[in-house]
Amino acid sequence: MTDLDHIRNFSIVAHIDHGKSTLADRLIQLTGTVAERDMKEQMLDAMDIERERGITIKANAVRIDYPARNGKTYVLNLIDTPGHVDFAYEVSRSMRAVEGSLLVVDATQGVEAQTLANVYTALDAGHEIVPVLNKIDLPASEPDRIKAQIEDVIGLDASEAIEISAKTGVGIPEVLEAIVHRLPAPTGERDAPLKAMLVDSWYDSYLGVVVMVRIMDGVMRKGDQIRMMQTGAKYGIDKLAVLRPQMTDIAELGPGEIGVLTASIKLVRDTRVGDTITHDKKPCAEPLPGFKPSQPVVFCGLFPVDNAEFEDLRDAIEKLALNDASFSYEMETSAALGFGFRCGFLGLLHLEVIRDRIEREYDIDLITTAPSVVYKIHLRDGTELELHNPADMPDPATIDHIDEPRIIATIMVPDEYLGDVLKLCQDRRGIQQDLTYAGSRAMVVYDLPLNEVVFDFHDRLKSVTKGYASFDYHLSGYRTDNLVKMSILVNDEPVDALSMMVHRDRADARGRLMCEKLKDLIPRHMFKIPIQAAIGGRVIARETLSAMRKDVTAKCYGGDATRKKKLLEKQKAGKKKMRQFGKVDIPQEAFINALKMDG
Amino acid sequence: MLSPSWLLAALPAADPPRADWVEAGFGLYLHWPFCQSKCPYCDFNSHVAASIDQPRWAAAFAAGIARVAARTEGRVLRSVYFGGGTPSLMAPETVAAVLDTVRAMWPVANDWEVTLEANPTSVEAGRFAGYREAGVNRLSLGVQALNDDDLRQLGRRHTAAEAVHAFEIARATFERVSFDLIYARQDQSLVRWQAELDRALALAIDHLSLYQLTIEPGTAFGARFAAGGLRGLPDEDLAADMYDATLERCATAGLDAYEVSNFARSGAESQHNMLYWNGGDYAGIGPGAHGRLTLAGTRHATVSPSAPEIWLQATEADAPAAMVWEPLSGQERAEEYLMMGLRVRQGISLARAQAMGVDPGLSQRIFDASQDGLLEIDGDRVRATARGRLLLNALLRNLLVGESCG
Ligand SMILES: Nc1nc2c(ncn2[C@@H]2O[C@H](COP(=O)(O)OP(=O)(O)OP(=O)(O)O)[C@@H](O)[C@H]2O)c(=O)[nH]1
Ligand SMILES: C[S@@+](CC[C@H](N)C(=O)[O-])C[C@H]1O[C@@H](n2cnc3c(N)ncnc32)[C@H](O)[C@@H]1O
Ligand code: SF4
Ligand SMILES: [Mg+2]
Repeated sequence: MTDLDHIRNFSIVAHIDHGKSTLADRLIQLTGTVAERDMKEQMLDAMDIERERGITIKANAVRIDYPARNGKTYVLNLIDTPGHVDFAYEVSRSMRAVEGSLLVVDATQGVEAQTLANVYTALDAGHEIVPVLNKIDLPASEPDRIKAQIEDVIGLDASEAIEISAKTGVGIPEVLEAIVHRLPAPTGERDAPLKAMLVDSWYDSYLGVVVMVRIMDGVMRKGDQIRMMQTGAKYGIDKLAVLRPQMTDIAELGPGEIGVLTASIKLVRDTRVGDTITHDKKPCAEPLPGFKPSQPVVFCGLFPVDNAEFEDLRDAIEKLALNDASFSYEMETSAALGFGFRCGFLGLLHLEVIRDRIEREYDIDLITTAPSVVYKIHLRDGTELELHNPADMPDPATIDHIDEPRIIATIMVPDEYLGDVLKLCQDRRGIQQDLTYAGSRAMVVYDLPLNEVVFDFHDRLKSVTKGYASFDYHLSGYRTDNLVKMSILVNDEPVDALSMMVHRDRADARGRLMCEKLKDLIPRHMFKIPIQAAIGGRVIARETLSAMRKDVTAKCYGGDATRKKKLLEKQKAGKKKMRQFGKVDIPQEAFINALKMDG
Repeated sequence: MLSPSWLLAALPAADPPRADWVEAGFGLYLHWPFCQSKCPYCDFNSHVAASIDQPRWAAAFAAGIARVAARTEGRVLRSVYFGGGTPSLMAPETVAAVLDTVRAMWPVANDWEVTLEANPTSVEAGRFAGYREAGVNRLSLGVQALNDDDLRQLGRRHTAAEAVHAFEIARATFERVSFDLIYARQDQSLVRWQAELDRALALAIDHLSLYQLTIEPGTAFGARFAAGGLRGLPDEDLAADMYDATLERCATAGLDAYEVSNFARSGAESQHNMLYWNGGDYAGIGPGAHGRLTLAGTRHATVSPSAPEIWLQATEADAPAAMVWEPLSGQERAEEYLMMGLRVRQGISLARAQAMGVDPGLSQRIFDASQDGLLEIDGDRVRATARGRLLLNALLRNLLVGESCG
């Protein structure tokens, strides 16, 4: 156990790609927490998908011992957080477990939308913030200008911002000293009854459910009988450890410390992040305030391409849900697609991550139906229902009105691209709320329908601003609008998985775009295929996919027979990745790609 | 209207299957694995070697031939094909030694066809007379293009003028000469291809192989294409138009499209290649060579190691790995027969396919495809229509796997 004065707990926060995980690497490396030969880049990003995409998805904690220049050794608990807006919830939750934040700002890019969002969350959590300017090794870095920007835009004193390169290691010793001297030590009563915050939990195939805790008061020891105050569940602690970053057993955890425990908990769902853990026999009086639970905002159906894999899919989804409380699911059946699941996600990236993991880690080919946000349908008889799936839309004659979810989006953009951004927001039915300048950068705030933002807004924003704009949003509520269900017919048959809710004024344009997209996404067949968009019985757009004209191997001689057979086998396997609707094979990617409105 | 049951009833009862070599002949393919340089589009088993010990290769070919001959004694050999790689890098003595061995092993047909693939450079043209001397009677020249810019782009080591010159020498040397062109090249317009084809047809030609450029994975073009390079290749519609124009031009010139990419005056068809498409037997000798041989009523596929040095050593050591024999099931045999047979004008014999052992649904699928205008049924013969031939891969996917059109 370490006394409070010698503990510092902090999170590393920043806009996406500003170098949080790389800074975490350097801190781990310089303190010798991990042997030199075991170091690898962004080592806390352990999931395949994190390594492949080069981004952090899940917050990760590490405990570091740091012998400071004042001769004392400190225990530092750092939490590296994700930068993408879909995972903002993960960041806010992590911040509740620590007292300070290192705010990393890329000195070539400056303050971006998530930089701001993170600062607000950190201030909300009562944090001390140490600004860190990263990437000063790059010739394009402008630390002085960015410091001024931090002061202007965020209103944070940047005079003592630390200039570093997480890549080369410049400035890292100063960061360590600043952590010790500028961030506060935690507070807490060692002799008080145990009060610990349940920060996170996940499923480990060897250990079962692992729970991360932050001790506020009291002492936690292996063998203790504990109680979760919200759920009332009781467990005996089997194992107590700290992460360095691999699990290292520890006898006890005292106030201010962060560690993990296992306690024969069967399901991650039995643990609730934000819950308070106390001793069963000698509980604390008041639980901690807890966290606001995360809300899935995007829903879509996931169906196995091969119906026989439904049980495998169920198994995969259950396992992934164990690790990710923000992902919800329930069974769904569809005439065309058979059995599957309706799943809820925090955003499209979250959706793609889960889908990729199912396909990759469980080897199941999936059809993802058109994603949808949650609409509130008010029927004439006064009842209200939540619509997660356009296919379930009640008869329009019974509907009084429909409400759709809205968001408040904050966009930061260099002023030469401002016009394009305003046009994009306007096209997406946005209502401007605010427009301010800081130097040559504009900050615009828009009220937008979530439905217009969720699928490809971020991609479009990046492309119209050549990557210079950044974006952050939060849900703001529901508003009534003129919304209709648009169906898509392929070869004269409606394809439910492609139907979607649209604003009436935008329906014609959306329908046309969908038909054009599908025409590119569906491979040619031996016959021509009409593709139509319709509202009710009325066709609003139409394209025709012409018949295939040529598909023949140019050369085929004695040595090619074997090869050709393999090719046919491969094509046969390729066909498996498609789903048949009537006589037409639709590739699985078509369902999600048809919705992206670029081009 | 015709129904599939009618179709089956109209067929003669299936005879016991006859061996493929009796049905469609017996030939020999010999693979020469060396080239002077590797062309960027080519995925053939070809290697660039600093030096080649030709007598050693001649001896290894002889050993390989003798070994197959021991299992196929008494069959009449209809054709020999020297393919590559670049067989025109073989010394005429090496070719002569191979053909001497062949004559000693099998009775050869009086009118046997002996083809050698040649690259049309001047150096190689200097060896044509020697090949003729050795017994080669048909030359297949890899001309590929008739303009220098495209030849350079295809990584060829000869100019158009050199190629035409080599063709003239070949014409004067061999009874039969064919050449290959690759079209549907980068930035090639329909009009330019038509003009180039007209120039080819104006030469004294009675056989042409006209291939649309295929981007093969594992080649330099394949890598460039995968990386987003190699722009300006024709799309499906232009490629189909080019193919239609090719058929039309060749027909006007009196060359029949007897196979998807092969055009000949009547009687000038390649006998050796017809043997592949008609499901005959062939021995495959040399690195990476494939063979199909029927032994005691069972058709076998043979494969050899593709690395030249490994093949040499295995063959010299008489190791089993030098040629691996794998029996083919009746179903596999029938699938290959359809894949190959529907490429040629005369199509397949349904009775023969059925005798090999096709699945029971096939006649229904053939019937459906005929209703869709992709196949044509004429007594026992089933042929691809013009449209069916251009969609042959899709058609075969349906026939062989029984799924809907796609
Ligand atoms: N030149 C230079 N590159 C850096 C530096 N720090 C990080 N990078 C690079 O910036 C990219 C993003 O770094 P990460 O550490 O993954 O960023 P992150 O903030 O953790 O990103 P997310 O977790 O996705 O939000 C990587 O390619 C790093 O190699 C630096 O100091 N200098
Ligand atoms: C075995 S190859 C090469 C013969 C000889 N070495 C030559 O290059 O002339 C036979 C023919 O296949 C054709 N060919 C090779 N690769 C091709 C490709 N990727 N696409 C289309 N045709 C190809 C060429 O026309 C070539 O002449
Ligand atoms: S095309 Fe001919 S010359 Fe070129 S690498 Fe292939 S086999 Fe050799
Ligand atoms: Mg990261």
